[in-house]
Amino acid sequence: MSLDRSDVERIAHLARIAIDDSEIPEYTESLNSILTLIDQLQATSTDGITPLAHPMDAVQRLREDEVTECNQRDRLQACAPAVEEGLFLVPKVIE
Amino acid sequence: MEWEVVIGLEIHVQLATNTKIFSGASTAFGAEPNTQACAVNLALPGTLPVFNENALRMAIMFGLAVNAEIGKRSVFERKNYFYPDLPKGYQTTQLAEPIVGPGFIDIETDDGDTRRVRIHHAHLEEDAGKSLHEDFHGMSGIDLNRAGTPLVEIVSEPDMRSSKEAAAYARKIHAIVTTLGICDGNMAEGSMRCDCNVSIRPKGQETLGTRTELKNINSFRFIERAIDTEVNRQIDLIEDGGRVIQETRLYDPDKNETRSMRSKEEANDYRYFPCPDLLPVVIDDTYIDNIRASLPELPDARRARFCEEYGLSEYDAGVLSSDRAQADYFETVTGLTQSAKLSANWITGELARLLNQADLTIQQSRVSAEQLAGLINRIQDETITGKIAKTVFEILWNEGGTADQIIETQGLKQVNDTGAIEAAIDQVIAQCSPQVEQYIQAEPDKRGKMLGFFMGQVMKLTQGKANPGQVQGLLKQKLDQRC
Repeated sequence: MSLDRSDVERIAHLARIAIDDSEIPEYTESLNSILTLIDQLQATSTDGITPLAHPMDAVQRLREDEVTECNQRDRLQACAPAVEEGLFLVPKVIE
Repeated sequence: MEWEVVIGLEIHVQLATNTKIFSGASTAFGAEPNTQACAVNLALPGTLPVFNENALRMAIMFGLAVNAEIGKRSVFERKNYFYPDLPKGYQTTQLAEPIVGPGFIDIETDDGDTRRVRIHHAHLEEDAGKSLHEDFHGMSGIDLNRAGTPLVEIVSEPDMRSSKEAAAYARKIHAIVTTLGICDGNMAEGSMRCDCNVSIRPKGQETLGTRTELKNINSFRFIERAIDTEVNRQIDLIEDGGRVIQETRLYDPDKNETRSMRSKEEANDYRYFPCPDLLPVVIDDTYIDNIRASLPELPDARRARFCEEYGLSEYDAGVLSSDRAQADYFETVTGLTQSAKLSANWITGELARLLNQADLTIQQSRVSAEQLAGLINRIQDETITGKIAKTVFEILWNEGGTADQIIETQGLKQVNDTGAIEAAIDQVIAQCSPQVEQYIQAEPDKRGKMLGFFMGQVMKLTQGKANPGQVQGLLKQKLDQRC
C-alpha cells in the first residue's frame, strides 16, 4: 500500500493540520516509509492470536456513582479566549 | 410498483446516573451553562477518564431485559471527529466489543400480531455538549454540561416494515428503560433520541435499497410522520427516474419535510481505535447474575399479569404497563379500592385528561394514588354519584384534601332517602304538567326514552346528588301510576 498526494491532503484535512503545498512530497515520502514498516509487520502470521486492546495486562477499575466535582466554571473559563453568559464562544459552525 | 419499506432504528438513551460516564461531575438537568463541566469534560491536558460503575450496571440491565448476550469483556474506542461541542476531538464509544450483544424484543402490531425485532447490539458511549447558534454576534456558544453524560445506543436490525412498527418498537424500548429506571424517558428534553434508517425496495426484492438516516425526531408521533414523509420522498424520487443518495436528513416537524443535512461520504472516516486511556472492562457471571436477580418486573410480563390478575382489557393493560410509575399508581389504587376496573377507568380517563392538560407526568400528579382511591371508595359505597365524583376529583386536583372532607364540607353526599327523592319527583311532576301529559299520551314503548327528561329535571333539582338508580325506579312508578 502506498499513499499519493491526495491521500496526504485528505489525512491532513481529517486531522485539521494545515500543511503547505511544498511540504506534501516530503510528507508523502515519510508516510510511505512508515507504511513499508507496517507492511513488514503485516507479513507476520497472527493466526490464533486475540487482537490486543491494550498493552497493559489489567482490567478497568470502576468508580462509584457519586458527585466529586464542584462548579469551577470561573477558574476553568479564565483561560478561554471568549466567554459570554457562561458559554464558551467559538467561531460559528453550522453544518 | 408496490414498494416495501425497511426501517432500522438507532436509539440513544441517556442513563439516569448521578454523574458522568468518565468523571464525577453531576448530570442534573437544567443547571447554569458549564457549571457541571469539569476538567475531564473540558479535555484539559493531563485529565484521564475513570469509568462509572452505575453506567455499566444500567447497560447490563438493559441487555438482560432485551434477551441479549452480555459482553463479559468490552472495550472503549475513540471515534474521531472535530466539532466544538466535543473538546477531546473524539467521542469515547464502543465498536468491536460492545457491552450488549445481539438480542430482541417483541412488538404488537395493529392487527394484534406480534413481530420480533432483533437488536444488533447496544453500546456505551458519552454524549457531546450543546452548541447554541443564536445571538452571539456571529459566534457559537458552547455549553458542555451534557458532555460526558452516559448514553446507551441501541441499534436494531432493519426488521421493521412500517412507520407504525417503528413507533411501536420505540415505545417498547421506552417502556423497558423507564421500567428499569435507567432513563427518565423524557423525549422532549432529549433523554431518549431516535435516528431512523429508512429505505425502500420493490416488494419481493431481497437486497436492501439505499438508506437515508433521519435525525432530530423527539416524539413517537414524529417517528411515524418523519418516516412516512421520507418514504414518500424516496418513492417519488425513484419513480421519477432518480436515485436515493446515502445521507443524513433532518426532519422538520413544522414543515413536515426532511432535508439533507450533510453527505456522509466525506465525514464518514472516524478512524476508530481502542482508547489507550481505558482498559478493557471485564465482568464475570456472578456480577451479571446479581444484576439479573435485581431486575424489576418488565412491561410485557406486567401487561400479561394485568390482564390475568385484574381482568383488564389488552388495551388498558398495555397503556397502564407502558410506564412503571403509572403501573405502580394503578396497583396502589386497585389495592386500596379492590376495583381494578374503576381504577383503570379513572387513571386512563379523568386523571390522564388533567395530566395532559397540565403537561405533567404521573409522578407529578396533583392527585395521589391514595387520594384517588379515597374517591373511588366513596363511589363504590354509593356515598356519591359518578357525576358528583368528577366534581370532587376536580376539587382534589385544584385544592387538595381528601374526598371525604370535600364531600362533607360541600354537602355532596348522594341522597338515598326515599322520602326526599319522592318529594323532588313530586315537585318535578307538578312543574312539568305538559310533559307529563305527553308521557301519558305516548305509546308505552316510547315512554322509556321520555323518562330521560324527568330524570334530568330531578337530578338538576337535587344538584346531581340523588341516587340515580332510585330516581329512575321511583319516577317510572309514579308516572306509570298516572297512565
